[in-house]
Amino acid sequence: MPTVSMTVNGKSVSGNVEGRTLLVEFLRRNLRLTGTHVGCDTSQCGACVVHLDGKAVKACTTLALQCEGGDVVTIEGLAANGELHPMQQAFRDNHALQCGFCTPGMVMAAVDLVNRNGKLDEATIRAELEGNLCRCTGYHNIVKAIAAGAKAMS
Amino acid sequence: MTDTGIGARVVRKEDQRFITGAGNYTDDINLPGQTYAYFLRSPHAHAKLGGIDTKRAEAAPGVLGVFTGADLARDGIGGLICGWMIHSKDGSPMNAGPHPALAQEKVRHVGDHVACVVAETAAQARDAAELIDVDYQELPACVNAADAKSDGAALVHDEIAGNTVYEWEIGDADLTDAAFRDAAHVTRLSIVNNRLIPNAIEPRAAIGCYDAAAGAYTLYTTSQNPHVARLVLSAFIGIAPEHKLRVIAPDVGGGFGSKIFIYAEETVCVWASRHIGRPVKWTGERSESFLADAHGRDHVTQAELALDKAGRITGLRVRTIANMGAYLSTFSSSVPTYLYATLLSGQYNIPAIHASVDAVYTHTAPVDAYRGAGRPEACYVVERLVEAAARELKLDPAELRRRNFITEFPHQTPVIMAYDTGDYGASLDKALELADYAGFAKRKAASEKAGKLRGIGFANYIEACGIAPSAAVGSLGAGVGLWESAEVRVNPTGNIEVLTGSHSHGQGHETTFAQLVSDRFGLPIDQIEIVHGDTDKVQFGMGTYGSRSGPVGMSAIARALDKIEAKAKKIAAHALEASQDDIEIRDGTLSVAGTDKSMAFGEVSLAAYVAHNLPEGMEPGLKETSFYDPANFTFPAGCHICEVEIDPETGVSEIVSWVAVDDFGTIINPNIVEGQVHGGIGQGVGQAMLEACHYDPQSGQLVTGSYMDYCMPRAADLPSYKLAFTTTVCPSNPVGMKGCGEAGAIAAPAAFMNAMTDALGTEDVPMPATPQAVWRTLQGAAPAAAAQ
Repeated sequence: MPTVSMTVNGKSVSGNVEGRTLLVEFLRRNLRLTGTHVGCDTSQCGACVVHLDGKAVKACTTLALQCEGGDVVTIEGLAANGELHPMQQAFRDNHALQCGFCTPGMVMAAVDLVNRNGKLDEATIRAELEGNLCRCTGYHNIVKAIAAGAKAMS
Repeated sequence: MTDTGIGARVVRKEDQRFITGAGNYTDDINLPGQTYAYFLRSPHAHAKLGGIDTKRAEAAPGVLGVFTGADLARDGIGGLICGWMIHSKDGSPMNAGPHPALAQEKVRHVGDHVACVVAETAAQARDAAELIDVDYQELPACVNAADAKSDGAALVHDEIAGNTVYEWEIGDADLTDAAFRDAAHVTRLSIVNNRLIPNAIEPRAAIGCYDAAAGAYTLYTTSQNPHVARLVLSAFIGIAPEHKLRVIAPDVGGGFGSKIFIYAEETVCVWASRHIGRPVKWTGERSESFLADAHGRDHVTQAELALDKAGRITGLRVRTIANMGAYLSTFSSSVPTYLYATLLSGQYNIPAIHASVDAVYTHTAPVDAYRGAGRPEACYVVERLVEAAARELKLDPAELRRRNFITEFPHQTPVIMAYDTGDYGASLDKALELADYAGFAKRKAASEKAGKLRGIGFANYIEACGIAPSAAVGSLGAGVGLWESAEVRVNPTGNIEVLTGSHSHGQGHETTFAQLVSDRFGLPIDQIEIVHGDTDKVQFGMGTYGSRSGPVGMSAIARALDKIEAKAKKIAAHALEASQDDIEIRDGTLSVAGTDKSMAFGEVSLAAYVAHNLPEGMEPGLKETSFYDPANFTFPAGCHICEVEIDPETGVSEIVSWVAVDDFGTIINPNIVEGQVHGGIGQGVGQAMLEACHYDPQSGQLVTGSYMDYCMPRAADLPSYKLAFTTTVCPSNPVGMKGCGEAGAIAAPAAFMNAMTDALGTEDVPMPATPQAVWRTLQGAAPAAAAQ
């Protein structure tokens, strides 16, 4: 089995993987970083979104070997020095999560969409969330939280 | 009220772990020596199993075991059960076909479980499953409920004629027929309540683990009700006696009903762990959720409403065919009967109701409770009929409703339910105001100018939740009681653990249940921990479904708190040399009224445990239990008003306004209740606008088997909602609560479709009203519209 090396949440990691091993499997099984979730098998739900070299990717559609030398940030790496990222805080303050399963992917996608768009109106937030499914919240509070998080990030 | 008491918008305690990726879902758990299971599923809707040759799979790399139905049978493992007995109108018991966890002799739907491979890795198990040779002798399939009884329809269970599960009825047929004979006006609708696939975002998962030294099993599973799972796996399926089987439901990523049921996968994983001698883990893929999680709804209904000259409803007649799928899932039989037809009176005074329900088998996945479970179907029938009647009679739909509202309580409907309290006019008035109903005509005219069609629709829903009392549901066929348990443990230093039989899979119990305790003693919420989801910790519980955790689960906690409060007061009175009637509890302190004598709550709890100075005859300790059996259902109700705008060129509809005014009785945490309403509406709109479960009518293949084909609501499909509450306190439980978890999903399809049919000028619009369906409707409706 080939070896893959990358930086995950600021730490250098490496492991043996099969060619078919997905990034999400590498994170969850090899590194035991179980905050990144798998909710579907067609790259639709977005529960697995992480940042690779500063951009949001779906870890279920990325091979671990593709990330050789890459810089990966997962939900576990978003809070710094014990302090929540403004987007995490906004999700909490706005009751933007219920079961919490889609939340890591939502938060990672939200940070990315703020990074890309800067100022956000409701329609943009809703359109940009196309790649993330939530079955609990009806999105109402997620949209509110992202607007609040975007403000706090600026 | 403390700032963390009843009614406070407390930020959720459980969120810290979820927003940092530290949640602990079943698939996040990895046990030493763990192996992986993969299920080989039937590619056919209906086939005889000739033989299953597992030799090649057994020899594949990493494979530890390959199991079939024959292996389960050899160990005496029983089939999956349906726990609610329904009797047909002729008195005969329902026909429950056998439901083996792994198929025997036949497969009966695409996705049916054929064999299970256990291997060192998930990939090896999956690879090996491809090497199993199954001799399928394909047979014709029966897919649609409406065809199930026709001559020559393929039989799902050979011994069950006409695919009949039961032929059930409720209400007074003669009285109802008389109402229709005397009616001044009759409104008729043919209604299809579309089949849905639940799709909690966390797929189901299970880890079975056998401890040979103790002769005991542990099952980690994505369950809404771990104690019920243990009871069924023990008493009916025969895995192990209850005291040798521990079921843990850790963090669970949404349920919506689909995780109530006891499925094949957890049964096989826990059983196989003894044969493998190591833990066996299965995590469902989304495709498997589509194929084999219990689906929801799927009714075909003919409904008629009789009215007199004054626009008063005099009768309701309903004929429903309910599709149960290939097997009776755990609570499936109750859904189109006691959870459906008993709600057909809606918010209205209807003197005569008769409903008949034919439940049928088809070669499709089992159908069971899905958010709302029967009540969305009932609301859809009643509210579509009332809206259509108003249009036919050229009456304002709000006025027709108001004319027929029940205004005196308690109210006995002709279909079992006794509504305890409500104020339907209040929620209608509030909703009309928030929706600016008076300004609708102007908005419609503006839309017309812009080439758009605008419509407005109401749903004045009622639901019954917290099914109870146990004796009553037992008399209706339930195999279990529907009480709830709670245990409140005050530790010596004054912090509190509450063990509850309810299970949280998104509902925020760790916060709201703690608020109840904080409110009672004025203690900080961080001093209170809620424990749930583990049969070794919580004595027993019925779990979370049917919006019961508030009205039933929290009532049990309230009763246990009563006992704690009484004992704490006795201890304090004894120590402070006062009468216990004079002891007041405020801000975490027990004091003697009108004096400066007091003890901190923690001092009282310490006194209870050191037991140096307790009243004569009192046992040490401060821990109390309650098993609370409610006196009645609770009856949340409200009014949702939806406004849509349709582009006739494309058929695309947009929800431009959604107002929901709900009466949930006492509200513990408005944030959480509003979140439940938002999510419920989202699922209801999903049903009405987007989600269509479609099986090919000939082959029985699931055509909508992935997120590429089954349209889940996305953020851009839904609006922001305008919510308000009107309150009538529930008289039948100590907290005054009604349920709130399903209301949105119950009201939303009717409100949305009433708006769509209003905009389109025809009642003949199917759910889901996708752009394609709307466009087709518009093509058919165009001549009529032009004629007007």
